[in-house]
Amino acid sequence: MKTQTAVLPRQRGMDVSLFKKNAVPLLFLVLCVLGVMVSGMDARFLVYEVLTRFARNSFLVLALLIPVSAGLGLNFAITVGAMAGQIAVIIITHYQIKGLAGLAWAMLLSVPFAVVMGYLAGMVMNRAKGREMITSMILGFFANGLYQLVFLFLVGTVIPMKNRSMMLPEGVGLRNTIDLWGISRALDNLWRINIGGIWVPLGTLALIALLCVVLHYFMRTRLGQEMRAVGQDRHIAEVAGIDVDRIRIIAMIFSTVLAAWGQLIFLQNISTLNTYNSHEQVGTFAVAALLVGGATATRASIWQAMVGLLLFHTLFVVSPQAGQALFGIPQIGEYFRVFVAYGVIAVALALHSWQRRSR
Amino acid sequence: MVERFQEIKARLGVPRLIIIGFVLALFVTAFATGMPIGPLVSASLVRIGMNGTLVLAMVPTIAAGVGLNFGLSVGILCGLVGALISMEMGLRGFTGFFAGILFSLPFAVIAGWAYAVLLNKVKGQEMMVGTYVGFSSVAVMCIFWLLAPFRNPEMVWAIGGQGLRYTLTLDKYFGKVLNKLLLVSIGQWEFPLGLLGFFGILCLLVHLFFKTKVGMAVKAAGANPRFAQASGIDPDRTRTVGVILSTVLGAIGIIVYAQSYGFLQLYMAPQMMGFPAVAAILIGGATLRDARISHVVLGTALFQTLLTIALPVTSRVIEGDISEVARLIISNGMILYALTRRDGREIA
Repeated sequence: MKTQTAVLPRQRGMDVSLFKKNAVPLLFLVLCVLGVMVSGMDARFLVYEVLTRFARNSFLVLALLIPVSAGLGLNFAITVGAMAGQIAVIIITHYQIKGLAGLAWAMLLSVPFAVVMGYLAGMVMNRAKGREMITSMILGFFANGLYQLVFLFLVGTVIPMKNRSMMLPEGVGLRNTIDLWGISRALDNLWRINIGGIWVPLGTLALIALLCVVLHYFMRTRLGQEMRAVGQDRHIAEVAGIDVDRIRIIAMIFSTVLAAWGQLIFLQNISTLNTYNSHEQVGTFAVAALLVGGATATRASIWQAMVGLLLFHTLFVVSPQAGQALFGIPQIGEYFRVFVAYGVIAVALALHSWQRRSR
Repeated sequence: MVERFQEIKARLGVPRLIIIGFVLALFVTAFATGMPIGPLVSASLVRIGMNGTLVLAMVPTIAAGVGLNFGLSVGILCGLVGALISMEMGLRGFTGFFAGILFSLPFAVIAGWAYAVLLNKVKGQEMMVGTYVGFSSVAVMCIFWLLAPFRNPEMVWAIGGQGLRYTLTLDKYFGKVLNKLLLVSIGQWEFPLGLLGFFGILCLLVHLFFKTKVGMAVKAAGANPRFAQASGIDPDRTRTVGVILSTVLGAIGIIVYAQSYGFLQLYMAPQMMGFPAVAAILIGGATLRDARISHVVLGTALFQTLLTIALPVTSRVIEGDISEVARLIISNGMILYALTRRDGREIA
């Protein structure tokens, strides 16, 4: 009897802290369940949609993990990586390299671009210590301007390129949309099985699982440990003889390369490239998904990424129909999901810095 | 000569020199290709008056130590609500314009206060949190525009009779009232004295505000919160004052902008409106910790002149509209430069 009374309070305390720790994912779980119920969506369609979105967005969200552990916060500049991926996809589409070979070539070609861009991004971050996140966001916008300059004005003038199907009729600049039929679903269709009428892209999921395993073990290597040390306390790491700036640059390079590959996986699934828009929202949506999973700017795990992806995209799929069912206006649901993406970032960042200050 | 140049370079900074050089080059190109300079300058003056107030809204937050107000859209949304109420009542001309400003003020004060309370809790991350508070407010207001109880048939969708349109024409309301006020034209040159005068008055008012006791306290606490606290000033309160003032100026700024543009833009349009304002004040020479009225005037003049004349001038040399891309690169490049400058302390 005595032991029971002694154990019970501790258990209850544990339950409360568990609840508090997972407050954000739990809240979104409730929202998702309500959304699913209200929208009255066909379960099979919902599962298919969420699975597809999960498969095409995972890499981009996982690309955020390394900078978080290295203390750089949420890397909104993965848009830069996405641009590197798009440059590669434009090249292979121009040379008409198709199928899985095309995708493999694109992944290979994107690496040098991503490494250089990640290196530059890392240098910028090192000059903006303490305000990395806002800097990474503005860096993404800035890079977007340069990207547009290159593909709207320099292609066809400075860069000698001739391709009627990809370029604007005047011969300068790329079209707004480029059909990627050559690599369309190259990875998704590699190995897919039908489970209860739902096509599951096992190949893509296997690649995601592989990345998770690699990330898990990477953090236990020496480099990974150094990153964590830098993330925990820059100054102590410096004293311990770690070249902090170098580690931070490496973290940005890894993140940028992964984002480039992530964008390629995304594009082979979507099958069209919106030359000037595909990359724009990549950072926001990836960050929002990660935060929905309960991550913060200083702590993010693979599981949080996975849970966040599932919840965020479920909400994304059901929102328009839920808006239609509740208000009779589907646009309300669409604006609601925009609000969720931005709102979750605002609330998570605010809560985080609030907690850090009160500690 | 070289020393003089070095001195100018040190005072203005490399990015500003590039921008000044760019503006001069554009004028030279315009002159060389035989474009009339008058209309270019006149159009630039209109754009300066149109955007100036939004840029001015950056001064109070920087002075109060909050940093660049990336959440300016909070104020912009309040201004839009005020303008919409004025239109719903069918007010026209200057009555409509000033009524719009008047109606927006209570919203701006309350929203600014709430925004300030939040920013006081997230010191060190104000810019990031501000950006996303702005973004999410814009999204929430999108839902509001759809459901809002406005009934003026010229404002709502023709079908269904509910939900505001994406862009509202201001012709019949207060479109161009300031632009047309005291418009002096000499040959091809036009000077919108009313528009510029209004901007000038607001600049003067903000300048005078910082000479008052409250204004001095805001500045002192912004420059050194600990020292101010020791001398009996509550930095949280002065920061609140700064943010509210910025939000109010944002509300007035969008009404001035809208009357000049001739349209009220709703839904996702206000999302990125704060960024050019941030860029403009930085181009004028402000840093994350120091902003003066002179920075506002110089920055707005340089940035808006550049954007205004870039399109007509460059279209004579190259094909396509490069001004949008130039705006992206210049404004974000300037913000990036300011964020990565190693001058002084990290924002605390």
